[in-house]
Amino acid sequence: MATELRRTDVVIVGLGATGGVAALPLAQAGLDVVGLEVGTWLAPADLSPDELRNNFRGWPQSVQKANREVPTHRPNASAPYSARPAIHPMMNAVGGTTLHYWAQSWRLNPWDFKVASETRRRYGASKLPKGTTVEDWPIGLTDLEPYYDKVEVEIGVSGQAGNINGRIDARGNIFEGPRARAYPMPPLRGTGFTEMMAGAARSLGWHPFPGPAAITSGRYDGRSGCVYHGYCNRGGCHVSAKGSTAVTTIPKAQRTKRLTVVTEAHVTSIDVDAQGRVSGVTYRKGTEEFFQPASVVLVASYTYENVRLLLLSTSKAFPQGLSNNHGQVGRHYFSHNQIATVNALFPRNLNTWYGLPAQGIAVDDWADDNFDHGALGFIGGGNLWIYSDRRPIAAANMSTFGRAPRWGAQWKAFIKENADRANTAYLQRTTLPYEDNYLDLDPTVKDPLGFPVCRITADYKENERRLADFIQDKMVQWYRAAGAIATEKTPVGTMGPTTHAYGGTRMGDNPETNVVDRWGFSHEVPNLGVLGASVMGTSGARNPTLTAQALAWRTAEHLAMNWKAIAVR
Amino acid sequence: MKRRTLLRRAGAASAFVALSDVLPAADAQTRRAPAREPLETLTQDEFDTLEAIVARLIPTDANGPGAVEAGAARYIDRALAGALASFRDTYRNGLADMNVLARAKKVVPFAQLSAADQDAVLTSVESAPFFALLLAHTVQGTFGDPFYGGNRNFAGWDLIGYPGVRLAVTAEQQNLDAKTAPTHMSAYDYTLFSSRKPAHGH
Repeated sequence: MATELRRTDVVIVGLGATGGVAALPLAQAGLDVVGLEVGTWLAPADLSPDELRNNFRGWPQSVQKANREVPTHRPNASAPYSARPAIHPMMNAVGGTTLHYWAQSWRLNPWDFKVASETRRRYGASKLPKGTTVEDWPIGLTDLEPYYDKVEVEIGVSGQAGNINGRIDARGNIFEGPRARAYPMPPLRGTGFTEMMAGAARSLGWHPFPGPAAITSGRYDGRSGCVYHGYCNRGGCHVSAKGSTAVTTIPKAQRTKRLTVVTEAHVTSIDVDAQGRVSGVTYRKGTEEFFQPASVVLVASYTYENVRLLLLSTSKAFPQGLSNNHGQVGRHYFSHNQIATVNALFPRNLNTWYGLPAQGIAVDDWADDNFDHGALGFIGGGNLWIYSDRRPIAAANMSTFGRAPRWGAQWKAFIKENADRANTAYLQRTTLPYEDNYLDLDPTVKDPLGFPVCRITADYKENERRLADFIQDKMVQWYRAAGAIATEKTPVGTMGPTTHAYGGTRMGDNPETNVVDRWGFSHEVPNLGVLGASVMGTSGARNPTLTAQALAWRTAEHLAMNWKAIAVR
Repeated sequence: MKRRTLLRRAGAASAFVALSDVLPAADAQTRRAPAREPLETLTQDEFDTLEAIVARLIPTDANGPGAVEAGAARYIDRALAGALASFRDTYRNGLADMNVLARAKKVVPFAQLSAADQDAVLTSVESAPFFALLLAHTVQGTFGDPFYGGNRNFAGWDLIGYPGVRLAVTAEQQNLDAKTAPTHMSAYDYTLFSSRKPAHGH
């Protein structure tokens, strides 16, 4: 029997990228917030520069809840399951995956909010890929701009603006939508390699610029500037230069005395009253079970877990899962078309042993609808990204570009000469939702508590494959212009578990095709909000986190301003 | 490439198994004169076979020290008692198989074959999952942080020119032609991290 706790105004399920942001405006508005997090606090000393532990032994996921519920995957409903990864793509901790993410903090561009209508307008309805369920967002960039701005200031985003109130600045991204003001900090510094690549892009007539990152480029808000030590990727930051919510919005919310953080709290259901309104959540901590009553519940536990928790929370009012009486929970799922990349080999050392994935140069000339697709067999585009980041085991595991065997004296001679001469791009591309790509509960695979894990049924379609090939060719062109002597394109892959997972609780005005409304609250359960990329209907060609965080702030602010209308007391 | 990815996943899976189901102390007994350091998991025969294999995967030659000097076999022996414990039987069976193949070729164990014959045996099993595992773990034991028992005297990092773990890096150190002296320090040589070492280098 669950122990019933004292009632709170708002309970947030998950204190990661989005829950950790939403807590701040709620607490500042004077609402009592309980943040339930299944992980623990991690200290700077936990975030050691240890490639074996972080990148090969899957720490800390290997000892966490997330890892006991890795989603299963099959490319389509009649295909066999893919091999199940041993490591969940996301981690549990106060701050969640913002502790060790790459921290690239992009705003979406204006086109990303109206892919459907803009494609029809410019190319005709037949240009939209067959089977896609893409809709325009119910809001546009101008609606979200003030919230992007708030989050950029709170977590500390560095970058170079390319468009301030319509004034274009060629040092930044000339294709970005208008911003109200500059970034809170200048961009991370360039390196010999990134400057070399920027020069090559300019020689092609392209528009390179340093990308935005939730990484301090100098002292900011009491935090140290980035130290560029090379272990940012899955390693976390020992000087708190990374703007994780664990070192920014969460402690700030705690200082209001309105936020209570409960760690090692494993939420098993969201509960409803006789009227079908949310009444609170049930969670386990150790061997004990608790019921936390709340006037409003915000689910902020990543795309797979958001969907799973709703589907597991069945009741008389919601026999198919909470907020799922229209059968939309789990629909319009997609992961980012970012697996296919390009490796390049140069005839000289690049000295990329240090740095971080966010220290790089982007090109947006081939992103979104920034170029004419009239003669091309796809819509959307890609963001080309090169960066300074290398660690020794990964360096030894480099591609040999067909020039050496995989072991022995010849291999040793090859890596001795070339370990610092290779580079791999990061190519994120527009990805669309389709009728037959979705999430549901696995019929057989369960977690240790006996609950089904999330099942992914999804694959890339023709639009994604053609686009990947087109963007890889642009990247090959860029590397060759910079002097690469060999390049290779890697396969497009399939849509297995990923750190860029979108949809499943999509945001839109039409309750027949969307789970949450334009404010992030359920169409069917007015005091249930959903935070995270699971509400996003399009991907853009860039990392989702800042957009998910801006949406979370907007949902939280809407709740605080409309408390009496939304809360059920 | 694909196999390598699978391996990394497999290796990571074992970390969870190891922590939730800690194995009893190594049951293996060293049957010969004790080595310089006692083995943690493998028998002396198994270790000799493994040492002979890693010596061919990353050989000692004019390009400098190899996996033997780096202590890659020691790394694997230690990891099989911890993070890689789920591979213990895979190693026991796989190393025995290598000796079966060696005896079929020249009636001696793998460690006593000529280098050319050892390479021929290894080439014949290149597509086997155990070979991929061996190669991945040999690379880890040669290029991983020395805290875990391999990469002795920073042999692996010096081979590929990695300038080492630093807690802060200057702009000059990121120039194309920077000549940065190696630190020759483990992450856990730094005071900040020395209090949070993973247990026993496992």
